[in-house]
Amino acid sequence: MREPIVRIARRLEPSPEMVFLVSVGSVIFAFLVSGFLFSFLGIFPTEAYRVFLNGAFGSFYALSETIKRMIPLALIGAGLSVSFQASVWNIGAEGQMLIGAIVGAWVALFSHLPSPLLLPAMFILGFLGGAFWGVFAAWCRNKLAINEIITTLMLNYVAANLVLYLILGPWKGKTVRGFAYTDPFPKEAWLATLGATRIPLATLLLAIIAVFVCYLILTKTTLGFELRVVGRGEKAARLAGINIGRVVSFVMFLSGGLAGIAGVGEVSGIHHMLRHPAHISLGYGFTGVIVAWIARANPLGVLASSFLFGALMSGGDALKVSFGIPFQVIYILNGLVLLFLIASDQLLYYRIIFRHGHQDTREEDYGGVVD
Amino acid sequence: MEKEIIIFRGITKRFPPDILANDRVSFAVEKGTIHVVLGENGAGKTTLMNILYGIHQPDEGSILLRGREVRITSPRVAIELGIGMVHQHFRLIPNHRVWENVILGFPRAPRFFPAARAREMVRNLSQEYGLDVDPDAYVWQLSAGEQQRVEILKTLLRKAEILILDEPTSVLTPSDAEKLFSVLQKMKEEGRTCLFITHKFSEVREVGDRITILRKGRVVETVAKGEADFESLATMMVGEKVSLFLEKPLVTPGEPLLQVEDLWVLDDRGFPRVQGVSLTLREGEIVGVAGVVGNGQRELAEALAGLRTPLRGRVFLKGNDLTGSSPRNVREAGLGYVPEDRRMSLIGDLTVEENLILRDYQEPLFRRGTFLDWKRVREYAENVITAYRIVPPLPRLPVRLLSGGNRQRVALAQALVSRPQVLVVANPTVGLDILATGFIHRLLLSLQEEGVGILLISGDLDEILTLSDRILVLYRGTIVGERERPKSGWTEEDRREIGMMMGGVTEEHLVVGK
Amino acid sequence: MGSLISGIIGRTLAYSVPLLLATLGEIYVERAGVLNLGIEGMMSLGALVAFAVAFSFSNPWFGVVAGGMAAGGAALLHALCSITLRANQVVSGLSLGMLGMGISGVLGRNFEGKVLGATLPVYRMPFLSSLPGFEKHNVFVYLSLGLAVFLWFVLFRTRWGIVIRSVGENPAACDAMGINVSTVRYTCVVFGGVLAGLAGAYLSLGYRPSWSYGMTGGIGWLSIALTIFAFWNPLWGLVGAYLFGLLYQLSFRFQAHVSPELLNTLPYVFPLIALSFVSRLAARKRIGPPASLGVPYKRE
Repeated sequence: MREPIVRIARRLEPSPEMVFLVSVGSVIFAFLVSGFLFSFLGIFPTEAYRVFLNGAFGSFYALSETIKRMIPLALIGAGLSVSFQASVWNIGAEGQMLIGAIVGAWVALFSHLPSPLLLPAMFILGFLGGAFWGVFAAWCRNKLAINEIITTLMLNYVAANLVLYLILGPWKGKTVRGFAYTDPFPKEAWLATLGATRIPLATLLLAIIAVFVCYLILTKTTLGFELRVVGRGEKAARLAGINIGRVVSFVMFLSGGLAGIAGVGEVSGIHHMLRHPAHISLGYGFTGVIVAWIARANPLGVLASSFLFGALMSGGDALKVSFGIPFQVIYILNGLVLLFLIASDQLLYYRIIFRHGHQDTREEDYGGVVD
Repeated sequence: MEKEIIIFRGITKRFPPDILANDRVSFAVEKGTIHVVLGENGAGKTTLMNILYGIHQPDEGSILLRGREVRITSPRVAIELGIGMVHQHFRLIPNHRVWENVILGFPRAPRFFPAARAREMVRNLSQEYGLDVDPDAYVWQLSAGEQQRVEILKTLLRKAEILILDEPTSVLTPSDAEKLFSVLQKMKEEGRTCLFITHKFSEVREVGDRITILRKGRVVETVAKGEADFESLATMMVGEKVSLFLEKPLVTPGEPLLQVEDLWVLDDRGFPRVQGVSLTLREGEIVGVAGVVGNGQRELAEALAGLRTPLRGRVFLKGNDLTGSSPRNVREAGLGYVPEDRRMSLIGDLTVEENLILRDYQEPLFRRGTFLDWKRVREYAENVITAYRIVPPLPRLPVRLLSGGNRQRVALAQALVSRPQVLVVANPTVGLDILATGFIHRLLLSLQEEGVGILLISGDLDEILTLSDRILVLYRGTIVGERERPKSGWTEEDRREIGMMMGGVTEEHLVVGK
Repeated sequence: MGSLISGIIGRTLAYSVPLLLATLGEIYVERAGVLNLGIEGMMSLGALVAFAVAFSFSNPWFGVVAGGMAAGGAALLHALCSITLRANQVVSGLSLGMLGMGISGVLGRNFEGKVLGATLPVYRMPFLSSLPGFEKHNVFVYLSLGLAVFLWFVLFRTRWGIVIRSVGENPAACDAMGINVSTVRYTCVVFGGVLAGLAGAYLSLGYRPSWSYGMTGGIGWLSIALTIFAFWNPLWGLVGAYLFGLLYQLSFRFQAHVSPELLNTLPYVFPLIALSFVSRLAARKRIGPPASLGVPYKRE
C-alpha cells in the first residue's frame, strides 16, 4: 500500500468537532485580520485585544454587559434559525424589532392600562407588531411574488423612518426639549433587572424560552417537519401537500414576533423610552442573521453564538470608549467573522486521516454504496 | 495516417471517498468507425467519456489521440482537439434561442450582431446533415429529439472529428433513432469517428462497428461487429447469467379504479401539453403509457397527482371526482405517485426515515397531536428498510448518500406508506442497473397481484412491454394507439407498431401500411 | 413653470445616477448567476475612498479611480467566497455589506465634515444640454446614460453577451462548450463592484461633495430591488432608475404638508409597489431571474 501517513479525505457529512473548530477558527482569524486595522488606526493590536477581552469578559460588569447584548441576539437568532430552516430569508429583524419597540412604547406611554397589565400587554402587542411586520413580507412573497429579501430590507428603512417620525413629531417628549426621544416610560413599564446588573430578567428568561421553543418546534412537531421540508425542497413539499404559503407566513410571524419582543425588551428594559433607531438596535437585526448562521440554524446553537456576538458587541464597545474608534468597528468584526466562517464552510467536509495499523477505509463514510 | 485515432491506456478514476469509476481502462478506437461503449448504468461509461472530453482528469493512465499523448485538461482543449460531446442530459439553455445555443462560446462567430450569421450557419448545417431545426425557436419549445439535433449541430459547427454520444437514444422514438443512425452513418462516411455510449444491447447490432464492454469500471472485452451474439453481450455486460425473465402474474382486472375523461393540461409555459386524454385503469391491472419524453407524460402524471389543475376534463377515482384536488386529497383518496424526478419525491438532505414519512407525517400512526412520534417513525422505517433491503440499513442516513437504486426503493416505499389502490409511476428505473431494475419491476408486479392498479408512464419500450397488460401510446398530448396484451405475450409486431406510434404514426396509417 | 420642470428633471437626473450605476452593475452580476447583496457597503467604501483620495491629492479623477478600485476589490472578496468557495451568496453579500459599512465608518471618521476643494467638474453637452433639465451636469450624469445603452448592447447584441447570459442560465452548458464559468463570473462580479464604487464616488465627489457616514442612504439596497424591476435589462434599469428618482423628487413637493421622515419612507415603499405590479406581469410573460442565480457551479 502506498498510502501516506496523513491524508486529507473528503467527508460526506460535516463532523461536529470540525464545525466547532471552524467556528472558533473564524473568530480568531477575524481578530488577527482586524489587528491590521487597529495598527492602521495607530493602536497596538495586542493592546486592542486586551481592551476587547476585558470589555467582554474581564469583570462582572463586562460579563453582564455581554449578556445584556446577548438577549436580543438570542431572541432574534432563534427566530431566524427557524426561518432559515425553511429557506426564508428574513433580513428584516432590524425593522421588526423597531416596530416591536414602537408598539411597546405606545402601550407604555398612551394605553393607560392598569400597571399589572402594562408589561404583559407591551410584550404581547410588541410580539404581534413585529410579527405583523414580518407577515406583511410573507404576504408580499405569497401573493405578489416579491422576494422576501427585498421586502424585509425595504421595511427596515420604513420602520426606522417611522421611529424617527414619532420621536421628532407626535410622540416627542414634552420634557425633553431639543432632544429626539419620547418622555420616559412610567416606572410600571420598566423591566426589573437582575441584581446589580443591567440585565432585564424577563427578557433573559424569554430569550431562553424562545430558544427552546424554537428547538422543539423544529425537531419535534409536524409544523417543524413541514418547514424543514419546505426549506430543502419546495417541489417535494408541494407534492407532499404542504401549504408553502402557510409555512412562509408562520416563520415570518414567529421570527418577526421574536424580533418584536427584542425591541420591547430594549425600550422597556434598557432605555425606558423610544429613541433614535440606531440607539435602540445597534444593528441587532443584521447581527442576528450571523448569529443564526453561525449556529447552522440550530436554535440551541444560537445560545452559544449569541453569547459570542454579545461579547463582540460589548468588547467592541470597550474599544470604542478606550480608543475613540467609531462604533462601526463592530460591523467590521462581525463582517470578518462571517466572511471567514462562510469561506471555511468547505473545510467542514474534509477531515484528516492518520494511517493506522490496519486498513479500514469505510469507517463512518457511506459513499458509493452500490446496490 | 494512423488507423487508431484514440487509445485509452490504463485509465483509472476514483471518486472520493471510495468509488472506483474506471479501473485501468484500455482500448483503442479506429478512425472512421462507430465504436460502441456498452455497459450497465454505473459501469463507468460516462466517467470515461467525461475524461476524454476534459471534464474529469484521470488519476492514472493516459490518452493517445492520433498517435500522440494528449492531456485534455478542459472541454475547451477537447474542442480544440476536434472532440465533441452530446451529453445524456443536454447542455442547452432553454430560455435562449437555438442559434444562441449553437454559437455559445464559438470563437469564430461574429463579435457584434451575431444573429444573422449564426442563423445562416445553423441553416446550412442542418440542411447538409438533415438535422431539421428552426434557428429562431426557443430551446424550451423543442422536443427532446430536436434538442438533440441542436447538440449535434453544436459539435458539427466546431468541426468535431470525434463525436461522443452519451445514451443518445434514451429520449428518441424508434424512428427518430433511425434518423440519428443515418446521420451517424453520413458522418462516418466523411471519416469522422463516433463513440456511442449505451446500455441497450439491442442497439449495438444496428450501429456498432466495434464494441467495448465495460463492467464495474473495467473493460471486459472489445469485439468487432458480428463476433458476439446477443446472449454473450448480455453476459459480458452483467457479469453473470441474469434471468431477465419476470413471471407476469395472471390477474384478471377487476373494477375500474381510475377513470380519466378528456383531460387537458397546461405545461409550465402555458402550452396545452396534454390534449384530451381519456383512459381507464382497473384493479390489478398495469397500464403502460408509452411515449417519448416531452409528449405530455409529466403533465399527465402531475395532473393525476394533484400538482397541476387540468384545463379541462375529469379525473375519477373509484367514482369520486378528483379533478383539481390537492396532492394531499388525491393521496388520501388512494392514489400514490412516484415521479421520475427524484428531487420531487425525495429530499437529499433529509434522512431515510424523514423521507419515508414525507407525505404521510400527519397520519395518526406517526404523531401524537402536533408532535411527531419519532420512535414509531423509526420502527416503521426499520421495517421498510428490511422489507426493501435498503443498503446501508440506517434510518438516519441522509438520502443523498444512498445509491440510485436504493433511493428509488425509498421513493417507492414512500408512495406506498398510505397503501394506495392506484399507483402512478413515471420512468421508475431510469439510471438503474439491471439488478435494481429487476427489483423495482418485481415489486410492481407483486403490487399488481395485491390488486393495485398501476399506471406505468415510461419512455422505455422494453420496460413497458415487460410489465403492461395494456399499452396506450402518448404522442403530442393525445393517445394515438392502444394495444391489449395477447395471451401468449407481446409480439415483435406489437413492439414495432407501438414504436412507430410513439413517433406519431397513427393507427389508421398502420392499417394502411399493412 | 418651465424652470420648475427643468429643475425637477435636473434634480432627478442628478439623484438617479448612483442608483443607475449600481443597478447596471448588479444586472451584470446577476446575469452571470451571482447575487451580491453587498452593494450598499461597496458603495459606501467607494464613496469614502474616492473622497479620501480626491481630498489628499486634490484631484477628483484620482478619487474616481480609487473609489472604483476599492469597491471592485471588495467585490473580489464576494467573488472568492461565492464562486471559488461556493459559499451561500446571501450571507456572503450581507457580510460584505457589513464590512464595507464598518470600514468606511471607522476609517472615514477623520474625513467627516471636511470640505472638498476639488469636486467633479460640470460640463455642458452639445445638443443634449439644450433639453430642459440637462443644462449642466458632471460627466457621470451623461456617462451613466450612455453606459446603460452600451451595456444593453453588449448583453443582447454581442457574442460576449450570449456568454454572460448563458453562464447565469446554465453554467454546465457553458462549461461543456469550453467557457470558463469562473472567469466570466469573477469578471462580472468585480465589474458590478466597480460600478457600485463609481456610484459612491459620484456621491462624495459630485452630488454632495463631502463624506458622511450613511450618505449612501440605502441606494445600494434600492438597486437590488431595481434590478428585479428592470427584468435584468439595462435599458429597463435606466427607465426604472429615472422613474424612482422622479417619484422621489416629486415627493418633496409635499414637504410642506407631510413630515420629512414620512417622506423618507417613500423611496423604500416605491420599489415594493412597483414590484407588485411588475411581478405579476413577469409571471404572465414568464420572465424570471437567471435560472442559476445564486447557485454556485460545480462540475458534475
